[in-house]
Amino acid sequence: MPILFKSIFRFALFILFQVFVLDNIRLHQLATPYLYFLFILWLPFNMNRTLLMVVAFLLGFTLDSFRHHPGFHAAACVFIAYVRPFLINFLIPQEGADTNYEEPSIQSMGGVLPYMIYAGVLVFLHNIWLFLLEAWQFENAWYFFSKTFLTTAVCLVLILITELIFPRKQKFRTNTI
Amino acid sequence: MRNIFLFIRRYFNFLLFLFLQILCLYFIVSYSKFHEAAFGNTANQFTGKINKRYNNIQYYFNLKKTNDSLVLANERLYNQLRTDLNISDSISTTQIDSLLIDSLVNSSQFIFRGAKVVANSVSTPNNFVVLDGGALKGFHKGMGVISAEGGVVGIITETSKDFSVVMSLLHKDSRISGKILKTGETGTVTWDGVEPNVLYMNGISKSVKVAKGDSIISSGFSTTFPKGLLIGRVEAAYTVPNTNFIKIKIRTQSNFYNIQYGYTIDNKNAAAINELLNHVKKQMQ
Repeated sequence: MPILFKSIFRFALFILFQVFVLDNIRLHQLATPYLYFLFILWLPFNMNRTLLMVVAFLLGFTLDSFRHHPGFHAAACVFIAYVRPFLINFLIPQEGADTNYEEPSIQSMGGVLPYMIYAGVLVFLHNIWLFLLEAWQFENAWYFFSKTFLTTAVCLVLILITELIFPRKQKFRTNTI
Repeated sequence: MRNIFLFIRRYFNFLLFLFLQILCLYFIVSYSKFHEAAFGNTANQFTGKINKRYNNIQYYFNLKKTNDSLVLANERLYNQLRTDLNISDSISTTQIDSLLIDSLVNSSQFIFRGAKVVANSVSTPNNFVVLDGGALKGFHKGMGVISAEGGVVGIITETSKDFSVVMSLLHKDSRISGKILKTGETGTVTWDGVEPNVLYMNGISKSVKVAKGDSIISSGFSTTFPKGLLIGRVEAAYTVPNTNFIKIKIRTQSNFYNIQYGYTIDNKNAAAINELLNHVKKQMQ
């Protein structure tokens, strides 16, 4: 149950932070700061994949309702929620790390580098899918790719800062249940 | 039959993924229809309330800019007052009174109503402005909205009980009819999704001479905006290769970064005009 409450709290916090803080920061038209998808990145390891996608859909849909055009962020969120388990299987350092820890973090992924690869790939996929849907066509490929890469870079910096400010101490659970 | 169930069980996650993606695509493509039916009222009301709470605080920090823009708007209106105009000596000229209607009756066609802006964005390719005031205040779909600077902001696309959502000019689907004040040419004003406050006007012939700083006004061809509202000023003009047209870059009159108040425009004749148009359309079929 605490996981449920924690998740609901995070959900609201990430959405509010995205809508009222990050959306008001105008760095450049090529770099939009996004952080709300960190919610999906932080969901527990042992979560059912079906549930994962439904929760991701809800997250994206909520953000979309604040922007009054449903679909864009929901599609991108579902996409990264679908890819996430494959990526975790690929990146997890030793056998059973995903049962020893509760959720992905720098500690449980075994260092800053694997965690940043995990975050980087998902953020990149999120952005490329989102901007592809928003642009609908490759009219201006150069603009599209520079936007994707710059936004991904800004998002990764934001994620790193968030991880440094809020270190999530996780208990090591034994897998002898 | 058994194989189908096995297939669904085996690939359930992938099928769910496909289903959710298609659902999202459906939302994106047909959002206007969907909005009216199910989404509009509840979600709009919900996000509107949260936005209003936030705006109550955030508004305070923009008071200075808001005041300045309102003073400028007042200045503009003072300059339009009848009392300030010098009436030329009418003894030396003959004037024929051509008034055939009773001018004492109030006959203004457009009614402007102010509304507080509770949410606004410029950073996405599809931007919306949310006004505090909805169906209860008499706002309805299709009304035009202008800013305190007197520039066009957008068109209301949906209303709930207390809030209305305005499709800003900074929206990829926004298309309004503009006119070059000096030469009278009309064209479509759109946004390319890149830079806020910069719009583009297409469909202008190469032979038209435009200069930097020329005014682009609303053409008045639709029932949404009266004729002559300022959209923006010309910043540059480019020739489109292989065509006979030029593309005009426009700097908007409204500053979309800071819109605190909007004025909705109610066209009293809109219903009558639309009814006529529908009638004609029916006859054509």
